[in-house]
Amino acid sequence: MKTVIKVLVGASLLAASAATASAATLADVKAKGFLQCGVNTGLAGFSAPNDKGEWTGLDADFCRAVAAAVFGDGTKVKFTGLSAKDRFTALQSGEIDILSRNTTWTVNRDTALGFNFAGVTYYDGQGFMINSKKLEGITSTMQLSGAAICVQAGTTTELNLADYFRSNNMEYNPVVFEKFEEANAAYDAGRCDAYTTDQSGLYGVRLQMASPNDHVVLPEIISKEPLGPAVRQGDDQWFDVVKWTYYALLNAEEAGITQANVEEMKNSANPDIKRMLGSEAETKIGTDLGLTNDWVVNVIKATGNYGEIFERNVGSGSPLKIARGVNALWTKGGLQYGMPIR
Amino acid sequence: MATQDVTEDIRPAKASFLYDPRVRSLFVQAVVILLLVLGIWWIVDNTLLNLRRSNITTGFGFLRGRSGFDISDRLIEYSSDGTYGRALVVGILNTLLVAVTGIVVATIIGFLVGIGRLSNNWLIRKIATVYVEVFRNIPPLLVILFWYQGVLALLPNVRGSYVLPFNSFLNSRGFYLPRPVWGDGAWLVLAGLIVGVALSYFVARRAKARQAATGQQFPVFLTSLALIIGLPILGFILSGMPLTFDLPQKGAFNLTGGLNVKPEFLSLLLALSFYTAAFIAEIVRAGIQGVSRGQTEAASSLGLSSGQSLRMVVIPQAMRIVIPPLTSQYLNLTKNSSLAVAIGYPDLYAVGGTILNQTGQAIEVVVIFMVVYLSISLLTSLLMNWFNAKMALNER
Repeated sequence: MKTVIKVLVGASLLAASAATASAATLADVKAKGFLQCGVNTGLAGFSAPNDKGEWTGLDADFCRAVAAAVFGDGTKVKFTGLSAKDRFTALQSGEIDILSRNTTWTVNRDTALGFNFAGVTYYDGQGFMINSKKLEGITSTMQLSGAAICVQAGTTTELNLADYFRSNNMEYNPVVFEKFEEANAAYDAGRCDAYTTDQSGLYGVRLQMASPNDHVVLPEIISKEPLGPAVRQGDDQWFDVVKWTYYALLNAEEAGITQANVEEMKNSANPDIKRMLGSEAETKIGTDLGLTNDWVVNVIKATGNYGEIFERNVGSGSPLKIARGVNALWTKGGLQYGMPIR
Repeated sequence: MATQDVTEDIRPAKASFLYDPRVRSLFVQAVVILLLVLGIWWIVDNTLLNLRRSNITTGFGFLRGRSGFDISDRLIEYSSDGTYGRALVVGILNTLLVAVTGIVVATIIGFLVGIGRLSNNWLIRKIATVYVEVFRNIPPLLVILFWYQGVLALLPNVRGSYVLPFNSFLNSRGFYLPRPVWGDGAWLVLAGLIVGVALSYFVARRAKARQAATGQQFPVFLTSLALIIGLPILGFILSGMPLTFDLPQKGAFNLTGGLNVKPEFLSLLLALSFYTAAFIAEIVRAGIQGVSRGQTEAASSLGLSSGQSLRMVVIPQAMRIVIPPLTSQYLNLTKNSSLAVAIGYPDLYAVGGTILNQTGQAIEVVVIFMVVYLSISLLTSLLMNWFNAKMALNER
């Protein structure tokens, strides 16, 4: 019933809000005094409440970075946990200012749904997980013909799954749940033979299983899943703020600016770093964005650079231990490339 | 102000038309309708404006698009190449299926428990009371989750399936039954059934007319039973027994073939039936108790047995009390079926939600939800009102 209410509220907000839709989100956020950020209800490594009730993860930290850019304070964020189904209505209706919820960038979402994606904070792909105790001898997704597969409703995963089995002429039996937690529980209880979602998600889900070591992630990746933050279309200023916060995180990593050394870096002789950190004389980069000139300093102080966020939440500093892979900087053979701040 | 002039021209002697109650009430109603139309127009216009401003496409054209997702429980042919419209139809049919079977099962359980509440047997009476108090005091969602996670999920896995008679299996993936496959000439069986039902109807009418005229009774029930069962069997034998069974077989992962009743459907059906049956039981009890004791006494003084008096005197009168609130319970059951989304049964609400997410057409999909649920509910009400009118006392 909660979702019914959410959808109805979303729809009625769309129906009734006379002015919010295309108004200046940046001014609204500043007036409100905090950033309303839509995140996953509980995906380890991306956004999940910890034992103190604080939201942690890569997606949650990205919102903190945006809040730091706007307010100079990364704690001025309020998080809204959203299911895959509710997320788009929440952003369309203005319930949230930014959707940072492992959401795949697709042309349909960019156009028909009326969003803009600010970048790709995590390059992912869809994979499958099985219980190797129950299904011995399965080493490839091509052996899954006839299997019951748990999947979350309203995701690109659900669509890729249909396409993949269709194009390989395999049968399957989809068991579709609205909530991530419901799908996890059903898979753990043995309702399905396999579980499918983004591969990063599979590692997170595996940790939540009753006995994680029984489950293996199959090697195939069947789709491209570029995950990134989205904002409403038609508000270029706010889009710029979010986009350049993302580039700032990448450029900071490239320049070696970290949470620990950002203060001393302000005095660096390197003109690139000085420009980025707003210590260049007569700089207007920050104010042109509608922010203060030390916005990058605030962002890095709040969350660290992209590499730090990654390692802390999903990389070596986390239980997930995911390697950087394609998410490494372009200078290290990955795909993450920050546009120049100048 | 033209009307005023006209009024004054025609009836100059009368008091001002402002004091005419008919004119006043017309005026008030006109203003209310005007405000309503303006209000709706404002909402629609504002919505369209905002949707345009947020660059969201509007209209129902999206229903013709390729859906791209699969649905496991379906009554009609559907694949991911089908349209969103067809996916919605699959969802609507699933909702209807669970609603209709749920109504049947809930009615049966409800009547049994309701009569049990009035039983002379202490144990039966107490069991019925406990049943009613437990199920009507738990939210329906919890009952659904209880059946899904607390009962059906705990069944053994595929390899350890319970083997039931007639090649049926029960495991955590649901209930597997042999699927009947009809061959050539199977229409004779159906024809036998139709003829049997039609004949029974005429027999019943004739028997009633004869009893009214002569007082002689005819064993209508047994004759009808023989006709309805016997004629299809005759057709079956005549056409050379054109029936084979598709038996569930062990596949690589699941049992394949046969008829699979999935645990999602089963738990939803059981939960909705058990939940609603608790309310129906109370309605039935109230209905029976609402028939005055004098009626039963009068019936027995006429020499009717207790069974006859229940069937011919008490129940017809109780039905008049029972049917109106029963209709509300049927409507509740239908609407509660949207809770299916919690356990992944692809009913209208679950499928519609996926479409909403895929296309972003929130308002259109919510409108479809409202129209479909409203239509189903109105149709149920219509049927039940017709039934009620048929059962009502014909006062002369």
